[in-house]
Amino acid sequence: MKIRTLLLASAAAFAMTSAASAERGSDGHLNIIYWQAASILNPYLSGGTKDIESSSMVLEPLAYYDENGNMVPALASEIPTVENGGVSADLTSITWKLKEGVVWSDGSPLTANDVVFSANYCMDPAGGCNALSNFTDVSNVEAVDNLTVKITFGVPKPFPYGPFVGTTAPIIQAAQFKDCMGAKAPECTDQNFNPIGTGPFKVVEFKANDVVTYEANPMYRDPAKPAFATATFKGGGDAASAARSVLETGEFDYAWNLQVEPEVLAQMAAAGKGKVVTSFGTSVERLMVNLTNPDPALGDERATAKHPHPFLSDPAVRRALSLAIDRQILVDAGYGAAGQVTCNVLPAPAIYASTNNDWCKTQDVDAANKLLDDAGWARGSDGIRAKDGVRLSILYQTSTNSVRQGTQALIKQMWSAIGVETELRNIDAAVFFGGDQSSPDTFQKFFADIEMYTNNFDGTDPEKYMANWICAEAPTPANQWLGNNMPRYCNEEYDKLSAEMGKTAALDDRAALAMKMNDMLMDFGAMIPLIHRGDVSAHSVTLEGVRMNSWDSELWNIEDWSRAN
Amino acid sequence: MLNFTFRRLMFAVPTLLVISFIIFALLDLAPNDPTGNLPLTIPPDVREQIRENLGLGQPFHIRYMKWLEQFFINEPLNVVEQLFGFEFAGSEDRLRIRSWATRSPVVDLIVERMPQTLWVVGMSYVVGILIALPIGIISAYKQYSIFDQIGSFVSMVGFSVPTFFTGVVLIVIFSVQLQWLPSIYDTTHEVTDLSSFWVQVKQMIMPVMVLAFFNAAQLSRFVRASMLDNLNMDYVRTARAKGMSETIVLLIHVLRNSMIPVITVIALGIPQIFSGAIITEQIFRVNGLGQLLIIGIQGADIPLVQTLTFIFAVLIILFNLIADVLYGILDPRIRYD
Repeated sequence: MKIRTLLLASAAAFAMTSAASAERGSDGHLNIIYWQAASILNPYLSGGTKDIESSSMVLEPLAYYDENGNMVPALASEIPTVENGGVSADLTSITWKLKEGVVWSDGSPLTANDVVFSANYCMDPAGGCNALSNFTDVSNVEAVDNLTVKITFGVPKPFPYGPFVGTTAPIIQAAQFKDCMGAKAPECTDQNFNPIGTGPFKVVEFKANDVVTYEANPMYRDPAKPAFATATFKGGGDAASAARSVLETGEFDYAWNLQVEPEVLAQMAAAGKGKVVTSFGTSVERLMVNLTNPDPALGDERATAKHPHPFLSDPAVRRALSLAIDRQILVDAGYGAAGQVTCNVLPAPAIYASTNNDWCKTQDVDAANKLLDDAGWARGSDGIRAKDGVRLSILYQTSTNSVRQGTQALIKQMWSAIGVETELRNIDAAVFFGGDQSSPDTFQKFFADIEMYTNNFDGTDPEKYMANWICAEAPTPANQWLGNNMPRYCNEEYDKLSAEMGKTAALDDRAALAMKMNDMLMDFGAMIPLIHRGDVSAHSVTLEGVRMNSWDSELWNIEDWSRAN
Repeated sequence: MLNFTFRRLMFAVPTLLVISFIIFALLDLAPNDPTGNLPLTIPPDVREQIRENLGLGQPFHIRYMKWLEQFFINEPLNVVEQLFGFEFAGSEDRLRIRSWATRSPVVDLIVERMPQTLWVVGMSYVVGILIALPIGIISAYKQYSIFDQIGSFVSMVGFSVPTFFTGVVLIVIFSVQLQWLPSIYDTTHEVTDLSSFWVQVKQMIMPVMVLAFFNAAQLSRFVRASMLDNLNMDYVRTARAKGMSETIVLLIHVLRNSMIPVITVIALGIPQIFSGAIITEQIFRVNGLGQLLIIGIQGADIPLVQTLTFIFAVLIILFNLIADVLYGILDPRIRYD
């Protein structure tokens, strides 16, 4: 048995080397390490970044986002727009044309039917598809001809690039997955572990939660690519040792998401074996301000709009809390190159970034103190401010993570300088971000005064993201606490702007609207943005072609990666 | 003895049922959510659908009964099928315990992980025993000598310094500074010839030694204590009085009797091999059963954690029984019936 497997393996290795052509695969082996291991190679069944990016080497969407957030065609021949007729004038349909001559790694041709199938696969209500929100409002997907797909929406879509743009929603092969629709989806282990793709690599072996082995796809449409003949996608461990394996020991070529203390990372990078690369997407670490009262005595009405917060409903307090924070210190202590001070909840792409809130960039304790004095919050004998028997005492919660706890401690100190008392709390991420109805500790229930976490949005269009803070999005017992409006901010004018954005197609107008909404939230103080967070990865100095991308998979252009000589 | 074994086996059934219920209930009650680690860009209604799809919508007792059926009936049937190559009726529809993260059968994952855990952790156990025995014997024979003092000190250090420290120290020395050994274990490596065997040895040295050091520290103290107990016995004086050489007295008479409790301790430790050395596997990315358990816990992959912990419970009960039986065999004075 053992000998047989060994023989088979060596035979396979032989076949592989002889199949590689001169250009393709000339650079040998590529070693990638993600400290979270890939669990499944079907991104529709897992929303985890590790799973989406490991499968992005194999499966491709119609278009990618490049490192600047621009769409570039992958399987499509061009990006459909209203100008080129690809998007209908009433904004209710988009027509994609596929590149000619693309074949799957098994040699069969890619057709429009595969695209239609992928849409139906994800939209099957019994399937539990993770990318379902990419297909919001899609009413019909049809193959016009062999290479043309028309996606029709139930409502006008000013930004119709949800389905099949970006690696969260790639094209899977209809022939391979035809028996895996709906409730059957999770049972197709062979398909989910070894999807046939059109990408630069194909899966050789997949050990779930451990390692993926790839080889160059012999059918890839560019005969000269990829430069690497084989690749490994290893998982497990922690961020620091992943960084070490690239920067210090040089065992690996690429390491992902290195959330390591900045000084530790700098020390490792000094060994000279690798480079740290960063890029900035839309992630903002922010404080959510609870505008409702989380007092347990309120029972079922706790943290609902019925009871305004005893002191955070005062605009002066919210403004003072923001002014008292020195954001640069937070960046230096916890993020280094992976963070920038920000005063917006919508910091990117550049056309959406507002400059109207830059007052928050400099800490001003005196101004904060004055605001509170003027608003009638007087310091008591213990140095904590109070008014009418209400003390400025904050319960401040976040998920368990050493950088977050460091930030919490710093902010607690900064707030004590303006007479605000802070109690810190941290909750395990799977609980905090989980939706367990029975747990009082979820970020949706928000049974605290302030909570901190990072949020962002997929792709480059902020419409859905900015709609997070309309009145109807407030989590309440009536909607099982499912909602994204954690501060329970509610403003008719904001709702109107959000609805208007849903009807506006011109990019400049959309940008103006989004910026206005951002400024409304920031002026009001519903959220206190802290840090614009970047993605940090590292690659070996011998690896060329890495274009670090926060808008899509970091491995989006892996076919262009090569070994420096 | 047979009667005793049989009675103990019978008694193990209700024990295991109770354990399985406790494990299932504890994990179910834990405020954990498999969608908790997904990116926040996935909206709540999609999360709800994912949860439904995972079967979380069903009430507790139904999920528990399903799991029992899958674990005690369906999975063993699958094993039998795979071993003997024939199919029972309805094997297509038979529900298997599926991991929520990988969507693949949990038992397959465990089988895939078993080799590296057994190789690395099992090897470290063997090496640990081989180190512990001579140290324990010499320490006892030359009690309070310099060798004993150093041995005590080293085992104290080995016992109290955690593996996540020794592991990283070894990596910094041998991987970063000297660049002799790889810091990351390659689970896809296959041994085909001498040079690939050498690669395998190189990647196993650090994790094995870290664990062996820890195991040896514990065990050598035990051997020493057990030897000391016996060295003062009357039969030792008798043996010496008969004019036997010290080697024979020590290695035949004393060692044999001292090994009785030591062997039971070794047997009781074997389940630990299967449960993997969670931290060490994580540091060196051996990605065996321990790492599987950790990933399952972090990702709230409840079926995986339930099944793994329950298998560990079965192994612990089994090896407890084996230890008891061994004790009876090694020491004829002990009778259970």
